[in-house]
Amino acid sequence: MIGYIIRRLLYAIPILIGVNLLTFTLFFFVNSPDDMARIHLGGKRVTPEAIVKWKDDHGYNKPLLYNSGRPGTGKITDTIFYRYSVRLFVFDFGSSDQGRDIRNDISQRMWPSLAIALPVFLVGILVHITFAMLLAFFRGSYLDTSGVVLCVIMMSISSLFYVIGGQYLISMLLRLVPISGYDLGFEAVKFLILPIIVGVVGGIGASTRLYRTFFLEEINKDYVRTARAKGLSELRVLFRHVLKNAMIPILTGVVVVIPLLFTGSLILESFFAIPGLGSYTIDAIHSQDFAIVRAMVFLGSVLYITGLILTDITYTLVDPRVRLE
Amino acid sequence: MKRPGATRYALLAISLIFSAGAAASWNNPYPAAEAKSNILYSAFRERPKTFDPARAYSSNEYLFIAQIYEPPFQYHYLKRPYALTPLTAVSVPTPVYFDKHGRRLPHNTPAAAIAYSVYEIHIRPGIYYQPHPAFARDADGRYLYHALSTHDLAGIYAIGDFPRTGTRELAAADYVYQIKRLAHPKLHSPILSVMNEYIVGLRDYADTLKKEYEKIAGGRDTGVFLNLAKFPLAGVEEVDRYTYRVKLHGKYPQLLYWMAMPFFAPMPPEADRFFSQPGMAEKNLTLDWFPVGSGAYMLTVNNPNRQMVLERNPNYHEELYPAEGEPEDGAAGLLDDAGKPMPFIDKVVFSLDKESIPRWNKFLQGYYDRSAVLTEGFDQAIRFTGEGDTEVSDTMKQKGINLRTSVAASTYYLGFNMLDPVVGGNTERGRKLRQAISIAIDFEEQISIFENGRGIAAQGPLAPGIFGYREGQAGINPYVYDWVDGKPRRKPLEYARQLLVEAGYRGGVDPASGKPLSINYETPAIGPERKAQLDWMLKQFSKLGIQLVVRATDYNRFQEKIRKGDAQIYDWGWNADYPDPENFLFLLYGPNKKVGHDGENASNYDNPEFNRLFERMKNMENTPERAEIIHRMLEIARRDSPWIWGMHPKNFLLEHSWMYNAKLNQMANNTLKYSRLDPDKRAERRVAWNRPVVWPIVAVLGVLVVGAVPAVVTYRRREREGAV
Repeated sequence: MIGYIIRRLLYAIPILIGVNLLTFTLFFFVNSPDDMARIHLGGKRVTPEAIVKWKDDHGYNKPLLYNSGRPGTGKITDTIFYRYSVRLFVFDFGSSDQGRDIRNDISQRMWPSLAIALPVFLVGILVHITFAMLLAFFRGSYLDTSGVVLCVIMMSISSLFYVIGGQYLISMLLRLVPISGYDLGFEAVKFLILPIIVGVVGGIGASTRLYRTFFLEEINKDYVRTARAKGLSELRVLFRHVLKNAMIPILTGVVVVIPLLFTGSLILESFFAIPGLGSYTIDAIHSQDFAIVRAMVFLGSVLYITGLILTDITYTLVDPRVRLE
Repeated sequence: MKRPGATRYALLAISLIFSAGAAASWNNPYPAAEAKSNILYSAFRERPKTFDPARAYSSNEYLFIAQIYEPPFQYHYLKRPYALTPLTAVSVPTPVYFDKHGRRLPHNTPAAAIAYSVYEIHIRPGIYYQPHPAFARDADGRYLYHALSTHDLAGIYAIGDFPRTGTRELAAADYVYQIKRLAHPKLHSPILSVMNEYIVGLRDYADTLKKEYEKIAGGRDTGVFLNLAKFPLAGVEEVDRYTYRVKLHGKYPQLLYWMAMPFFAPMPPEADRFFSQPGMAEKNLTLDWFPVGSGAYMLTVNNPNRQMVLERNPNYHEELYPAEGEPEDGAAGLLDDAGKPMPFIDKVVFSLDKESIPRWNKFLQGYYDRSAVLTEGFDQAIRFTGEGDTEVSDTMKQKGINLRTSVAASTYYLGFNMLDPVVGGNTERGRKLRQAISIAIDFEEQISIFENGRGIAAQGPLAPGIFGYREGQAGINPYVYDWVDGKPRRKPLEYARQLLVEAGYRGGVDPASGKPLSINYETPAIGPERKAQLDWMLKQFSKLGIQLVVRATDYNRFQEKIRKGDAQIYDWGWNADYPDPENFLFLLYGPNKKVGHDGENASNYDNPEFNRLFERMKNMENTPERAEIIHRMLEIARRDSPWIWGMHPKNFLLEHSWMYNAKLNQMANNTLKYSRLDPDKRAERRVAWNRPVVWPIVAVLGVLVVGAVPAVVTYRRREREGAV
């Protein structure tokens, strides 16, 4: 298995280079270094000299991908792409175009992101699996039918509705928790309750339906019938046998997102004023801060690849038939 | 003894929940201990880019640094028209003029004969900086934190992590140092190009600094200290500890306005040295993020991702609330605090709230003390009176919320590209076409529909309150409006159609093609929320039979088109830097064109007579002669119509009944020190407005329990059936 993991890690290098190249191309297709300079220098009284100076200082005065004016390897290395990409592979994110240290920003902002994403993830799994099992248990009944209909309705509603509706109902009408904000330490709890509820409730529709399908698929298999024939109660069958086997597709689906919990949720963080990483990238896109954009895309790619590798490993743990070679 | 059962525990818990609800507000986002503190709560929407006074130029940056940094002058808080008063200076200086041989000239010398102007600014003694580690010294007088190693910086993440602080008296040299910083090669000050034109020697100074910086830096990006004190700047000198002198080329009275902005605030060299040490930038410890000032407040929490906190500067010098204002200020209670020392508020907490709906709801709950009016919540907050004025709605009145309005020193306009062969040109045909379109676009309707009445239709480029702006009949644009029944009325559409005929476009038809005249409209307005406005604009042009082609694009592409002169009609705006007509009229000055000059004249308007008058007017004092020149310029511009004069937006501010001394000032940014609040009243209202409502939660739990009964019954039945 170690050989497999090493091979996967080596495969990740060309993937990361490709992702970097794609990000770079897309970003500079939309924004030229002159545009970036204008945005950073402000909307008023920006002179051509100031733009040239800003580009010089931030290394955007070089060709994008190929420097025909330089000899040898300089044709590749003396370019914006090389300058901004190579350091990423040692996780040196450098400074944002505004001058802030990106690694420092990320290390500060990942904790608020995790403070929401982790409980949403864990409570979400618990709640969604519970509901799915409940529907599977009462399969074919009115409870199941109405549950499925409710799930379809819930998954058809925009996540923004849950956010705004949750804020209006719980914070404005019932006045139970603050509408938005964040604090450090234990004080953070009162700010996290609402986004966590919204995050979990918002995911009930889609996840419950999916997990219900997994359970129903297992519930009609021979080994379940055998278990019932042994005289086990339905609850025991469900928890001991069905749950265990249905967890294989569930786990492989959720493990891949675990590393991405660090990158946070854009909508939740934005509406609840949580200073996490979710809004960091989108803010950088708005302010045309390429340094942050490429760092966050790179980080996202690394985490996603990590998630995929973890998923593969999880397969071997939950299903003894699978061997990584 | 009988032990209490589960029911008893449940009842106890419920009664505790209800009683807790009566005692405190659960939705209070602030610590309960702060409930009765003298703290102002506000929000900010986006993280500021920089707090460095040499670079900051946006309102969201001035919101903070204007309370911290103290330039020599400020705007009078209450008086209108806007007037400069001293802040740290002893007085607002009168310039001394010299000819090219250095001979002193009388004050009434024509601007053309003046080779140099010299401003001598005297600073008040006894003003001290906020406590800051950059000033901390040991017993021998050596700076404690000016030679920090990587080891020393371990565990330091914010300015508050330094255990010792110090202060020192403000000196004229600090102002000189800051003016030199405008030319620092790494700071990219946005006003360097303007100041290069006026401050003697600044352009060469920038070149000198660039060379010196490169020598010192040796390729390093951070940790480089360029000691500006070592490099003299010809046009700026320290005369004595409390006096400095600024020498300008020619006459430039607007310099005083610039000197009321943070660009000209003092910068202690100790702070520059402190933040330039290796390892500081890597921890985001820079002047970009940690201002060092002598103002009423100091930044004590700087987390642009979450919260910024300003606290009263313990070293703040004495400054008294103004005793004079406009005639109605007394009746409005704005002079009640006259003569009292400022600031009144101990602490200001700004929380990052990007989304408007949570921000608005928090204001309604009393957790923000002031708020702008949301477009989405306009009807909830504001209503129009029979006379067309605005007031707060009944709901807001019940809460004691007050409304303050003021027309901004800004203008939003539609510009014609004067280089375009169809809509541009200094010809009668072009003029009539532009005038016809100006009449057809009904900005009163636009303000009513899309701005909820928050603006006034513009009669020219000057905003109200700016010298040269005229009210009433004398101030209307006679090419678009008639004066009827004591107010301006847009000329009838028939008149516009006639102008179109005279321009050669009968019924809006282009004689060259025989088809409706097609005009391209460049706008950065993209997104579904702007579609209605763009549809409305199409309709305005169709009144004349002209076909408008909307070319909505992102702001980068839009700017590029304007720079290259590829636009026909475009929309844009301008926020004044200072209350002088020069700051608006330069937008139409020929040598300031976008195309070929990269100036701010986006319409590329170039009328020789207008230019000549502008050159005469720009350096004049506010005299009747200047007013006359401005009126002639406005007449030329209105006749040529390079812009459709659009609108001047009106700012609406809502504030709770516990806030005092609010008067919108479009020029001053350091207004927090004038605000006062009543924390007890606020605490009482917050509790009354935010009592938690718990019973629905109990009810939902009850429903769930009751709902579980059939499920349990079904389960048991199934189990029994299985057994059978």
